[in-house]
Amino acid sequence: MISASKSSHRDSSAKALRNTSFWFAAVALLCLSMADLDISTPNPWGELGLMAAGALSPTVWSWPTLLTSLANTFSFALQGIALASVVGFLMALGYRFTLVRAFCAFIRSIHELFWALLFIQIAGLSSLTGLLAIAIPYAGTLAKIYGELFEEVDPSAITNLPSHSHTGSLSRSLSRFCYTVLPLAWRSMATYTSYRFECAIRSSAILGFVGLPTIGFHLETTLSEGNYSEAAGFFYALLLLIATLRFWLQKRLLPLYLIGAFYYLPPQAQTSWQLVKRFISEDIVPAPLRGQANLNAESLGAFGQWFNQLWQHQIWPGLVNTMLLGQIVLVFTGLLALLLFPLNSPLFFRGWRGFGDAILILLRTLPEYLLAFLGLLIFGPSMVPAILALGIHNGAIIGHLVGRHTDELTLRADVGTGLNLYFYEVLPRIYRQFLAFLFYRWEVILRETAILGILGIATLGFYIDSAFEEFRFDRALILILASAMLNIGVDNFARWLRQRLHLKSMPESL
Amino acid sequence: MPLKSNRSIAIANLEVPRLAGSNKDSYKDSHDHGDSSRYNKEVLKLTQLTAGFHMNSSLGRSLGLLFLLLIAPICQAQTTFTFTAIPDQNEAHLQERFDKVAVYLQQELGVEVRYIPVKSYASAVTAFRNDQVQLAWFGGLSGVQARRLVPGSQAIAQGYEDQLFSSYLIAHSSTGINKSEEFPREIAGKTFTFGSKGSTSGRLMPEYYIRQHLLAAPSKVFAKVGFSGDHSRTIALVQSGAYKVGAVNFKVWDTALAAGKIDSSKVKVIWQTPRYPDYQWTVRGDVANRFGADFQQRLTDALLNMNDPELLASFPRQLFIAANNALYKPIFDTAAAIGLIDAQP
Repeated sequence: MISASKSSHRDSSAKALRNTSFWFAAVALLCLSMADLDISTPNPWGELGLMAAGALSPTVWSWPTLLTSLANTFSFALQGIALASVVGFLMALGYRFTLVRAFCAFIRSIHELFWALLFIQIAGLSSLTGLLAIAIPYAGTLAKIYGELFEEVDPSAITNLPSHSHTGSLSRSLSRFCYTVLPLAWRSMATYTSYRFECAIRSSAILGFVGLPTIGFHLETTLSEGNYSEAAGFFYALLLLIATLRFWLQKRLLPLYLIGAFYYLPPQAQTSWQLVKRFISEDIVPAPLRGQANLNAESLGAFGQWFNQLWQHQIWPGLVNTMLLGQIVLVFTGLLALLLFPLNSPLFFRGWRGFGDAILILLRTLPEYLLAFLGLLIFGPSMVPAILALGIHNGAIIGHLVGRHTDELTLRADVGTGLNLYFYEVLPRIYRQFLAFLFYRWEVILRETAILGILGIATLGFYIDSAFEEFRFDRALILILASAMLNIGVDNFARWLRQRLHLKSMPESL
Repeated sequence: MPLKSNRSIAIANLEVPRLAGSNKDSYKDSHDHGDSSRYNKEVLKLTQLTAGFHMNSSLGRSLGLLFLLLIAPICQAQTTFTFTAIPDQNEAHLQERFDKVAVYLQQELGVEVRYIPVKSYASAVTAFRNDQVQLAWFGGLSGVQARRLVPGSQAIAQGYEDQLFSSYLIAHSSTGINKSEEFPREIAGKTFTFGSKGSTSGRLMPEYYIRQHLLAAPSKVFAKVGFSGDHSRTIALVQSGAYKVGAVNFKVWDTALAAGKIDSSKVKVIWQTPRYPDYQWTVRGDVANRFGADFQQRLTDALLNMNDPELLASFPRQLFIAANNALYKPIFDTAAAIGLIDAQP
């Protein structure tokens, strides 16, 4: 409810929120008109019946397999998050520098799977590969979160310090930081990091798709074999792990779990400088320049041609498809999140909240890959399954976060109920927060468009995957750089919007 | 000074666990790396001691531990001969099946033999290239890629069926396309799915014949082109009509058909490609340095003499026959022709 007492500043800011939402929806509609939305009507019932039967009759093919892959999934995630939070914290200290921000945007623009594929070239299919594939992109994400938290800390703590303490040595500014900013940001940092841990478990599971022995290894295998009962067994185990985290992953036990994780799965790899050297000095050097002692006009010309081909056939179409799909999914995700958040809100489902959140956990734990396959069976190949798969997954995540945020709202005694409560009280009050979450998710959505090869949508990620499959690391690198550029651009734009709309990125509840 | 001692295979600790009740040898094998885990235990103790001495916070302790573990080199002389196989069909129980092959090779060769499961064609090639495995059961294309990346490596044996391998084009019944000897030109304009991007039978050869007959790249010829990632999945997708036409490994199709997994009223074979050479065993050239000059010959003999039907069913092949690199020249040429591989190195 926008009351008359709101200042004109608030009014104009509310207008800006409306305008932004309008423009995003308009761009998405425009993209929709260009997107391939054909629905062919195949006959999915046979396969869907098998899947349903499997989902209802989960079997565990081997308990040792299940338990070790769960332990691996957990260990990679915990180690990855631990390393990422330390590195992310250090980078967050310099987050006001554009270069640091760009670097963070760069490392998190690369999907975990691609980090894994890169490290597999150097460190093989090893535990070190698994750790780094999670730690690196998550360090980029956590740096952003921590950095923005530091920026948003109530500045009065610093301004109240005596003026002479505002100048001085590095150690002095460090202690100033530790006694003013850090304590204020600490709680949000901790809660956000623990939330990212759940994401890390999903990422860790997905690393199984490229061969690391996490639960995704078996999930993907059994799914592609059509062995749905066994797949259901693995999936329910993953679901159980994530759903019960809050009961057994307690703060004081964390060091114990961490030591356990490193003891169980020590990061190590069989690698050598030769492998690293080969990767840097041969593999990723563009093919026309490989083995050339010095650059000359001829090799540069060949490089130009090579790049031009790559641009025309992969980079440009990839960029277009990635952005097209990304914008549609972004808005669909937002709509879905607004629809879903009451499931996890005490204001709407008081007694049923546990059940509501369980639905959200289910929706966000279902791998996008599986959702895409389901969508493909039902709607045929087009952007529709992709939009559904990415939208449902991300919508459930944002719905969960927004729902949690409604915990913070205190309502007047005479507030309405049902739709009135939703539209006139809750929605306006959480909208700012909702947009902030959505902008955070933007780049994740762009990154996730990579894993929809089954739908044949030629996003940048699709071409990166092909380049790895063809052992053309030079192409993979250029394509990765292109997607990093896109990500840095999106990051800057979202940052600009956030400042313009005065969105606070982190609620205390996060 | 080049360090001759090889590091232990890190993947030992990472292994996809074996089935309870799989053979004892391989169980023992997974524990033979006790050396390295003992070593890590020492590192752990050391870290805890030093960390406890210098730092009080648990964070500091974890950090110290992390640091030491990251730099801890795990040294152990490598005497284990390791192999892998590209995931092709029935991946789910690969470990179980290939552990038996490992036991057979171990008996024949007198060295410790281990099998490592991989998830994709590319990871099989990478493991071979990085010497994580010395022997691999590759497809036609992955073998060509691997031998190109590892000079000196040799194709030593192929399956009897692999001399004359083939792919099927399959179509959903709603297309109304029937089986013919002639290439079915009417598939143009339909939706189409390949298998995995790196598959010979699910991608390379079908794409080659599509280009040859329809004179354009698949993305131009078809309304939509997907990569199902797997032969079984290609069948499921075309059977459901999600894609109208698809390309599939003929052996996977025949096996699925015999097992009653295919509804012939919904999906059928409409064309068979000409024959081409496919799967083969490829070994690294440098095994002679590590396992002895005659190792490659003994390995080849062991493969050619494998006659236990249970072992051969893992592939599944009737028997193995001799092979060489030159046999796969057509595969290389085809891959170069459609731009999957650069013609010049």
